[in-house]
Amino acid sequence: MAGTAIRTIRAKLNGIEVEVPEGTTILAAAEQVHLKIPTLCKHPDLPPTAACGICIVRVKGTSQMPRACCTPLEEGMEIVTHDPEIVEIRRKVLELILSKHPNECLTCGRNGTCELQRLASDFSIREQSLPYIVPDLPVDQSTRTIVLEPRKCIACGRCLTVCQDLQNVWALSFLERGIDTRMAPAGDILLADSPCISCGQCSAHCPTGAIFEYDETEKAWELLRDPDLHCVVQIAPAVRVAIGEAFGYPPGTNLTGKLYAALRYMGFDTVFDTNFGADVTIMEEGTEFVKRFQENQGELPLITSCCPAWVDFMEKYHSDMIEHFSSCKSPHEIVGVLTKTYYCEKRGLDPSKVRVVSIMPCTAKKYEIQRSDDMFASGHQDVDLSLTTRELARMIKQAGIDFASLPEGDADPMLGLYTGAGTIFGTSGGVLEAAFRTAHKLLTGEEFDAIEFHPARGLHGVKEARISVLGKEVRVAVAHGMGHVEEVLDRVRAAKESGDEPAYHMIEVMACPGGCIGGGGQPYGITDSVRKQRAAGLYRDDREREFRRSHENPYVQTLYASYLGKPLSERAHRLLHNSYKPRPTYRR
Amino acid sequence: MPAQEKDLAADVALAARKWQKKRGALIMVLHEIQGRLGYVPREIALELSKQMNVPLARIYEVLTFYNFFELEPPAKYVISGCMGTACYLKGTPQILQEFGRLLGIEVGQTTPDGKFSLTTVRCVGCCGQAPVILVNGEVKSKVSPKDVPHILAECTD
Ligand code: SF4
Ligand code: SF4
Ligand code: SF4
Ligand code: FES
Ligand code: FES
Repeated sequence: MAGTAIRTIRAKLNGIEVEVPEGTTILAAAEQVHLKIPTLCKHPDLPPTAACGICIVRVKGTSQMPRACCTPLEEGMEIVTHDPEIVEIRRKVLELILSKHPNECLTCGRNGTCELQRLASDFSIREQSLPYIVPDLPVDQSTRTIVLEPRKCIACGRCLTVCQDLQNVWALSFLERGIDTRMAPAGDILLADSPCISCGQCSAHCPTGAIFEYDETEKAWELLRDPDLHCVVQIAPAVRVAIGEAFGYPPGTNLTGKLYAALRYMGFDTVFDTNFGADVTIMEEGTEFVKRFQENQGELPLITSCCPAWVDFMEKYHSDMIEHFSSCKSPHEIVGVLTKTYYCEKRGLDPSKVRVVSIMPCTAKKYEIQRSDDMFASGHQDVDLSLTTRELARMIKQAGIDFASLPEGDADPMLGLYTGAGTIFGTSGGVLEAAFRTAHKLLTGEEFDAIEFHPARGLHGVKEARISVLGKEVRVAVAHGMGHVEEVLDRVRAAKESGDEPAYHMIEVMACPGGCIGGGGQPYGITDSVRKQRAAGLYRDDREREFRRSHENPYVQTLYASYLGKPLSERAHRLLHNSYKPRPTYRR
Repeated sequence: MPAQEKDLAADVALAARKWQKKRGALIMVLHEIQGRLGYVPREIALELSKQMNVPLARIYEVLTFYNFFELEPPAKYVISGCMGTACYLKGTPQILQEFGRLLGIEVGQTTPDGKFSLTTVRCVGCCGQAPVILVNGEVKSKVSPKDVPHILAECTD
């Protein structure tokens, strides 16, 4: 931090000298010198809860055994991170946790990805040495987006920190205390009756199988098995740069072509891309923005609405913002409704025999596909099934596809060809940047030459910028992680109350930290470094595209010329837009 | 919501305001409600969550952390078996079992009609009279399982 001189601490870890800034934990210092102290409750995204005790180390020459994850290194300290006694204590800690944990790895949603299972393996746990007491608590599948299985909870506290602090939703809490401590939605109700917005961040951070996505892979196979159905699939922007992690690729590897090919191998008849829908969203939302900004038709700021968890949060906690919301649907809903209208019409298909499956980084999309009557605008459910990246990775494995050696395939271009603007939708700041590329053209008649809009990029919780367009100042903000949105909304309200100029003209919000690349349905192991690599993958895809602005997409142009007319036309309104309503925060 | 609770809903606002600025405000308000109603109804907890701008999840963290708080209305007759050493050895468990059998509930539960609940207490200082049972705090001495039907029969308005 500039200005404040931070003291440097000198100490020794297993005899190796380290120098770290004051305040660095023993755990972080150890990483610097290539020592890996085992952790269980600590997550790199979150402050330590210091709940488990597996990270204990020894201060040489004393009887002190501090927890490395929450103890700062002190000047002159000599730390021992591993010796036979420490290993034995860690094993005891594990055995104690395991004595309260059901022995059900083979049928668990986290089999193979569970952090507790991995530690049990690393520590050669071969028998149940303590009497077994597993609490009898029911499974909660009420949201049909994420599943709570509190019997498998090891009370690490990560999900609470995520839901209460990161997301500011407060759906989850610990009830009771000591050995009886258990994770439960707000005072022992069903999760569906709680304020939960289905963002899935708890499931992405839980070390065990106590919270995981509602698995619908079997439903997908059923659709694919039915010979009378024409199965259409689409993949969201953020999926392509993350799914590789489930197959050993580094985060950020763009696997779009392989994904298209794998989906066809699995039996999908038509492969579309949600990025095309994102391009259409931009045509509609960009036009909406211009109407509000230039013709004073509607409230400013315009707030983006493509994240269903954010929509749910707004409807539950901030319904005074309804007027500010873009009425435009999210990209996968747009591809869904256009598949069952436009595509079916052009191809002569009966929409009642067509099924649309979306592959999303997101658990909230499972909720969105039925969130209101507007999601049935085609006369059928526009998107029939929404699977997470994690579910798709498992399906590819079930199908026996050798993903690594699979040659690249193509999407069907009608609703599948996309621009760079569409692909960056998957990362925080991307929607605003994509919208600006098109809005600039609509406002000035000229292209935004720079194309790239860097102030919107990166992992800072709230990003703000001012741009001058036609001599007028355009103020924008980007927030991601629900915990950051309040400060932005408060500024909007304050300006409104005092009758000032609007605080902003456009605000982009995504519920997940980092945006959809850090979505609740993405492969496990999320950290800021992973978020950056996935985002970089999308920005690379953007740079490599033939077209980088949504209005340049030739298939989008055809869609408007031959079917929708203009953005915000009557037909566009009927198919591509939706409305919002206040919802009770607690249903019980 | 019974009338008594409705009045309280209004009082919650008052209580909430009274403690608003103080540290540990939430717990004081909850104490006040527990003291007056003998339990903290969900409706009140919801109301409080709005008034004090505290998430419901936080309120339930507090309510379930301390044994002091009850989430269900207290029964009309609270029957407590003494679990002090003397009473325990002289047969409290058997007596509680008999109450449980006749009422169809276990210790810690309340009958569906809200008339009886069954709990335990620690030594109440009447060891000479062991085993001791309390009915709404009133001591019944030298109880045997045979007396249970009679004790229940006495519980009428
Ligand atoms: S899905 Fe999101 S809102 Fe729901 S419990 Fe998990 S973290 Fe909280
Ligand atoms: S549900 Fe998972 S994240 Fe939450 S406390 Fe339990 S083990 Fe930790
Ligand atoms: S940010 Fe993206 S992944 Fe996360 S809830 Fe919103 S739409 Fe889903
Ligand atoms: S990892 Fe340090 S206490 Fe759990
Ligand atoms: S043991 Fe029951 S009154 Fe003392």
